[in-house]
Amino acid sequence: MAIIDFNGIGHCYSGSLQSPANYALQPMTHSWDDGHAYALLGPSGCGKTTLLNIISGLIHPSEGSVLFDGVDVTEQVTAKRNVAQVFQFPVIYKFMTVYENLAFPLRCRKQSSAEIDARVREVAELLNLTDQLKSPAIRLGADAKQLISLGRGLVRDDVAAILLDEPLTVIDPHLKWLLRRKLKEVNEAYNQTMVLVTHDQNEALTFADQVVVMQEGRIVQTGTPRELFEKPRHTFVGYFIGSPAMNFMTCRFEDGAVMVGNEKIHLQGLDTTNIASGCKLEIGIRPEFLKLDIDFSPGSIEVPIVSMQDLGNFKIAAVRVAGYDLKIKIPEARPVPSEKGFLRFPPEWTMLYVDDVLMEMSPT
Amino acid sequence: MSLTLENITKVVDGSTHLHRIDLTLQKGSFNIFLGPTLAGKTSLLRLLAGLDQPTTGQILKNGQDLSSIPVWKRNVSMVYQQFINYPHLNIFENIAFPLRRTRMDKAKIDEKVRNAARKLRIEEFLNRSPGELSGGQQQRVALARSFVKGADLLLLDEPLVNLDYKLREQLRDEFSNIFSENKDTIVIYSTTDPLEALLLGGDMMVLNEGRQLQSGPTHDVYRSPCSDEVARVFNDPPMNMIDGVVEGGRIILGQEVVVPQIKHLRDLPEGRHRFGLRANALSLFRADPDDVAIEAKVELGEINGSETFVHIRHNNVSWVVQENGVHDHSLGQRISIYFNPDYLFAFDAKGALAAVPKSGPASSSLDG
Repeated sequence: MAIIDFNGIGHCYSGSLQSPANYALQPMTHSWDDGHAYALLGPSGCGKTTLLNIISGLIHPSEGSVLFDGVDVTEQVTAKRNVAQVFQFPVIYKFMTVYENLAFPLRCRKQSSAEIDARVREVAELLNLTDQLKSPAIRLGADAKQLISLGRGLVRDDVAAILLDEPLTVIDPHLKWLLRRKLKEVNEAYNQTMVLVTHDQNEALTFADQVVVMQEGRIVQTGTPRELFEKPRHTFVGYFIGSPAMNFMTCRFEDGAVMVGNEKIHLQGLDTTNIASGCKLEIGIRPEFLKLDIDFSPGSIEVPIVSMQDLGNFKIAAVRVAGYDLKIKIPEARPVPSEKGFLRFPPEWTMLYVDDVLMEMSPT
Repeated sequence: MSLTLENITKVVDGSTHLHRIDLTLQKGSFNIFLGPTLAGKTSLLRLLAGLDQPTTGQILKNGQDLSSIPVWKRNVSMVYQQFINYPHLNIFENIAFPLRRTRMDKAKIDEKVRNAARKLRIEEFLNRSPGELSGGQQQRVALARSFVKGADLLLLDEPLVNLDYKLREQLRDEFSNIFSENKDTIVIYSTTDPLEALLLGGDMMVLNEGRQLQSGPTHDVYRSPCSDEVARVFNDPPMNMIDGVVEGGRIILGQEVVVPQIKHLRDLPEGRHRFGLRANALSLFRADPDDVAIEAKVELGEINGSETFVHIRHNNVSWVVQENGVHDHSLGQRISIYFNPDYLFAFDAKGALAAVPKSGPASSSLDG
């Protein structure tokens, strides 16, 4: 277990260090708390695997340093770092039983048989592998083999972090949720620092208490799943997390009010004094929070309905405001207007983005 | 033209991949084959394309048996899960390929290729080679090529399954526009994803383990699944099921949950039934005085970005509750869940639909 610090970590696979465009990972400074479950989430090429490999030591960063509990490990090779790794494909010792697979890291550390036995049985119990302890590991399914890989990390009590690189890729869809649950149970039981890399938002949000969203070599937000949904701090998070994505509209200030086309949008606690002119300004609101009414109410905007899709459990309406098509998610049987409706932007869920970054509103 | 499948069976090495399929498809129609993996979707598409022959039964085009007509004379286009393009040709030539083999004049080919490229938003890449494009763009090229030909039959075999979910979302959204002008082609789209089926609409056939379970307009099948099997396949997460008994004007679900036998459930005969509830018909809040409460334990809160699926367990029955928005639930936490009996589906002892709710819920956990 360890606190992981990144001090100005950046990585460039090829080309000159002088050009920021060559960096797969832009220089960054972050601190990760002990005992949390982190997920690195982003599209391919965002730098998430690079960051994971810097933690494990498989990649030596072009610049900056990595600290485990305050100790600089940048120059340490992987074997010295006390990290456990689970990869996309299960790695097991084929000719050993499940028991011996789990015991192996402890035998290498020359622990006593009694200590090993107690620890192996405890971990096997948590992973539901107790009944298979005597079976040859090779006979197990892909999901159980992944649990063995994970278990080899858990048996050691000196592990700084358990690193998981897309561990559910080879798992059958109907078993995935069971394994997600197992990962979560493990984290709750042992409070190990765990770092999961994935491009699958379902996997990241279900597993992690801290989700690190990455785009083009940068961390754009670190937060709880709920924060990413309710308060995306960057437009990319609003776009990438959730389906349909957050609605965005370019806006402008006029007499202290936010305007989109000819419509005034009310925001909570808006303070425009610190916003430089020339910035890109956007209104963002999730389809779940935008409201489409049949009747007019003060502050609502009359809008034409472009489309209404019936998706069974819910409907998705698209309406047009100042040239933008906005999506609204509506519960299955709620009455909806036809052709024209009245659109409301609940102020507490309406966000303002300045050059893609969320503008913090002052509480009023 | 119309295409009719009569009593189609496909047996491979003694195992039945397709079992007595009967279906008629009309010109200009959009059809979905929905089913989990190994349901027989791809087997059926391959028969329709002429790539395989059925073991028994006939495929008729305008009443004429197709079996003796080779693939290259059938005027069929097919798009696969894996994007396939000609790596040595640029995007323009990739799309134009099927037309180059006809006697169509150059100007006409140019117009058709540009039209298809515009529809699929790949106009700017026409001079590039496939290797320079992302997976999503490459699949757009394969789709454009399948469209230009003006085939009688267009087969799309899970075309979006290998794309990142954001790209999938985008293309799926565009599909309804792309096919809205279709008048001449029979389009068949296979998918494992109920949401995708509902988004695309049209008509559908639900398949499972090589059997045809139900056919009809997509939204009708969703509202009235003819069996508990269809209800499971055509809902993601699968419809929650619980065994129950109808007895003396009330319904006992599982061991002790009692529901009055009123409204749409009134005409159910006494005896054993299976009852179904969609995940969105279960809630963590009481929305109505008639709601029935169940005590349960949280197994996992699965979060997909904008919804939370709470897996719960009650007396050895596992259910999934769908919540709008992202919510925290700790494992093992004890909670109450609620449902309104108005939303209960009922299936008889053989699994056939016996009662169907009038509608689903009108509120969500983000209201207020």
